[in-house]
Parts: sequence; structure tokens; C-alpha cells
Amino acid sequence: MSDLTELYQALIIDHGRHPRNFCVSDHANCVLEGFNPLCGDRLTLYVTEKNNVIEGITFKGEGCAISMASASMMTEALSGKTVAEAQEIFKLFHEMVTEDSDKDFEALLGKLSALSGVTKYPARVKCATLSWHTLVAALAHSDKPVSTE
Amino acid sequence: MPLNIEKIRADIPILKEENAGKPLVYLDSANTTQKPQSVIQATHDYYTRYNANVHRSVYQLAEKATLLYENARDKVKDFIHAKNRNEIVFVKGTTEGINLVAHCLGRATFQPGDEILISQMEHHSNIVPWQIVCQQTGAVLKVVPITDEGELDMVAYASMLNDKTRLVSIIHASNALGTINPVEEIIQLAHAKNIPVLLDGAQSIAHTSIDVQALDCDFFIFSSHKMYGPTGVGVLYGKSQYLESFPPYQGGGDMIKQVSFEKTTYADLPYRFEAGTQNIAGVVGLGAALDYLNDIGMENIHHHEQALLHYATERFRQVEGLRIIGTAKHKVAVISFVMEGVHPHDIGTILDSCGVAVRVGHHCAMPLMERFKLPATVRASFGLYNIQAEVDILIASLAKVRDWFGHV
Repeated sequence: MSDLTELYQALIIDHGRHPRNFCVSDHANCVLEGFNPLCGDRLTLYVTEKNNVIEGITFKGEGCAISMASASMMTEALSGKTVAEAQEIFKLFHEMVTEDSDKDFEALLGKLSALSGVTKYPARVKCATLSWHTLVAALAHSDKPVSTE
Repeated sequence: MPLNIEKIRADIPILKEENAGKPLVYLDSANTTQKPQSVIQATHDYYTRYNANVHRSVYQLAEKATLLYENARDKVKDFIHAKNRNEIVFVKGTTEGINLVAHCLGRATFQPGDEILISQMEHHSNIVPWQIVCQQTGAVLKVVPITDEGELDMVAYASMLNDKTRLVSIIHASNALGTINPVEEIIQLAHAKNIPVLLDGAQSIAHTSIDVQALDCDFFIFSSHKMYGPTGVGVLYGKSQYLESFPPYQGGGDMIKQVSFEKTTYADLPYRFEAGTQNIAGVVGLGAALDYLNDIGMENIHHHEQALLHYATERFRQVEGLRIIGTAKHKVAVISFVMEGVHPHDIGTILDSCGVAVRVGHHCAMPLMERFKLPATVRASFGLYNIQAEVDILIASLAKVRDWFGHV
């Protein structure tokens, strides 16, 4: 499989073009903006968290296929998880896209492992991690917009 | 005269390299140009045979180094048709040149309510230094709007010049749109009100012949690395009447006449603005780049690039769902574009896989992107070494973008 085929898997293209949970949420209690100044990706996350459990995440914004797909898949993967679980998944996800690791990410992260191709494209890591960094800051109840720079 | 393109391409070693396993198609010359062997050789020779600090040693090796450094100043003076060699100041690049003027003219003399006029198509390097001046002095930044085609609104410009305007600082050719601004008219209108004009020449210097005396601009600033020379060197041309009146920019060695703890007197132009050891090898390399451009001829380069721009524009117009951003009548060989339904970053990655190097993003011109309501564009920019066959590869690679992301 070529690097490009690995990067732009059908699942990524699909989520990039038709992001899930792509809407404003009125009952979210953690709302935060994330921005990637280098390429102009910009999104706002709406997280509903109760008693340390993420009940739901939605988002709005614009960006490349990688950043949109990553955000979309994140909203699906983390719904119903505890905050601690979400942080653990983020750690694994970050390792997957930034490090040359031989872990079985498909077993560990399921669908999210479709983004593993990003590791061959260091310039695109920020696209893949923008929504995740924003989520971590939102869960910490930060009100400062997240920037990847 | 048509360029001897085979020879030129053979002169540039990097064009034999690959990108992502494919022959390199380098379409990012507005970002930085590739270097001819003669430039690489000149910096190599400098370090191999002539390296010594300039202006301060008695031995002959240092004399040679000084001569090479100062010869480059003469070459710059001739290249831009300046009147005096002491109007040529070596700096790090365009950004530092603009910051120098911002510091020495803006910060030193502007008063609350004074106005600095820039345009909506400026590079961040011609926005942020002036914002800092405004914060420090209470001066006000005024922005001349542009049209949907990416041309300066000259009616607005003329109406914005007034008694409070202290400087017009305008990009000569836009890095993001390609637009060549009507600088002759801009300067005439400003001078009619005794307002000095600074031209950011970073994107014009390598593409057309520059005559600062005919233009009558007060400052003209450019970078070596965008004109086939090394990185880390740029030139500030300033009329001596302004440079003479400037306070020092940075203090240190080589910019002084006499130093005591009570009082220091400063060196004459241009050395007053060249504190510390400069990028000597870079300046020598810039000199070699000027020789290279002179040998080919700026008029010939201009014709070659304009033909390429025309060809590429026609080919781009036939690509389904593609929109060119910046359709000014007069352009340098820069084409910014967007494709419906595909983000520029994804286009950049697909083109990369085809060996094609383009810039994607906001091109250090965020307010301009905001003007066009775009987060980013893809930019193909051409240099003297580019050929039609490379445009064809770019167009074929855009078809691949559609294969991946589907049709509109």
C-alpha cells in the first residue's frame, strides 16, 4: 500500500466529506475553539460532560480532510467514555500519529487506526491532532482557544 | 531572446533531485528559489579560499574578503540602478529591511494620529512591523482595499492619502495573488503630497528589471533567497536623504566611528546599519546570483515567465471546479487557486506524491485570505527554470486530486 493510499483511506475520505456529529450543541458544558494557524484549520468543539463521563461531542468548523475526519471519528470514538479513558485514548492516538511504534493500534483504537498513515507525513500531524488537543483543553475547562503553533 | 532553458536547468543542481520518488517539479519559487551552481560555488569558494572578517583586518586575506563583500554591494547598486553605493544596506532579508525602516523612521519620528498606509494584500512582514510602530507611537494603520480581481483600489488609495499620512508601504508584487501593483502611479500620487513610499520588492526583484531612480521610490527592499541567491541576506535600498537622517538601528561593532563610555559617534552610510559581522558568504553568493541574472537578462526572464504564466493560466481555466484567486491584468508568474470540495492542504499532499512542490496555506497574508473568505489557497509559482512540461505535470496531478476526492 502506498503512503498516499494509507493516508487517504476510504474511511478518512468519507468522514472528511461527511463529518459525523457536525453541529452546534446547545447543552454542551465545555465549548472550545481550536486553530491551526499554519493551514487555517479551525473548529469549535461542543462537549457534554457529566460526572466525568463524556455524554456527547459535536463540532463545527472547516479544514482539510485529515482534520475533519479526525474530529469526526473522535466524536464517535469518545462518546460514552470517561474523561480518564478519553485521555488514555488520546495518548495512544498521539503515539500512533507521531511515533514509529509497533503497537497493534487497530486492536487498541479500532476505527481510529485509519489515521495511522499520518505518521508518514509529519506536516500533517497537526491536522490530525487539532481536535484532540482542543478536546483535552476543553475537558480541563480551559477557556483559552487552542493553537497548534 | 528565448532562454537557453536546457542550459539553465543544467545549471541548477537540485532540479536533478527527486521529490516523493518522482522527478522534482518545483513550483514554489515565490517561497524560495533554487540556486544555480555558480551561487553555490561562490559561497563554497568564499569559505574555502577567502574567509576572513571584513572591514577590520590588515592582512591580505581579509582585504580579499572585504573586496568580495563590497563588490557585491556595487553589483546590487547596478542591478537596481541606485545612484549611490552607500544607499545599499545589507540586512537579513526583506523582513529585517522593513523592520529597520519601521524602527528608524516609524518608531523614531511618528506621532499620535499620524497615518501609515498599507494595502489589503500585504505580506505579514509589511503589516506587523507597522502595527508595532502604531502601538509604540500612537500612529494609525490605514489599509487600502483591493478589488475582487486582486487589484489595488486606486480611487480609494488616492482618497486615503492626506496630511496625516507619513508613509506609504506597499507590496510591489503580491506573493499570494501575483498582482503587480501600479507603483509608478502610487509613488507619483504620494510624492505629490510629500509622502515617502516604501516598496516591498521581495516578489518583483527576480522577475522584472528594477530601476529605483526611475521609480523614484524612497525605499526598496528585497531578499536574496527569492532571487536565486543564498538565504539569510537581503537588501534595503533607501534614498540617502532618509538613511542619513535615521538614528542607529542596532548598536555594535563596525557601525561606529569612535566609541568611548561617554560618547559614541556612528559610521557613515551604509555601515551605520550593518552592526556586527554580516552574512559575508551570503552577500558574496548574492553577488554571484546577480551575475547569473545579468548574464541571462531580466527582460528575457520576464518574457519567459510571462509566457509560462499565460500558458498555465489557460490550462488552469480548463480544470473542472478550479478557481484562480487573483486575476489582475498585470501579474508575476504566480497562480493561487482553490478547488471545489477539496481543501488546499489535501491538494498539496496529492501533488507532493506526484513530485510537484507547491505552497498551500495562507501565504503569510491572513488578512488577504479573509478578504476572499478563504482559509487557504494552493499556490504554484514559477521561476526562470520552469518549463511548460512542468505545468502539464501539475495539471495531470490535479486530475489525480479528483480521482481521490471525487468530482464536484
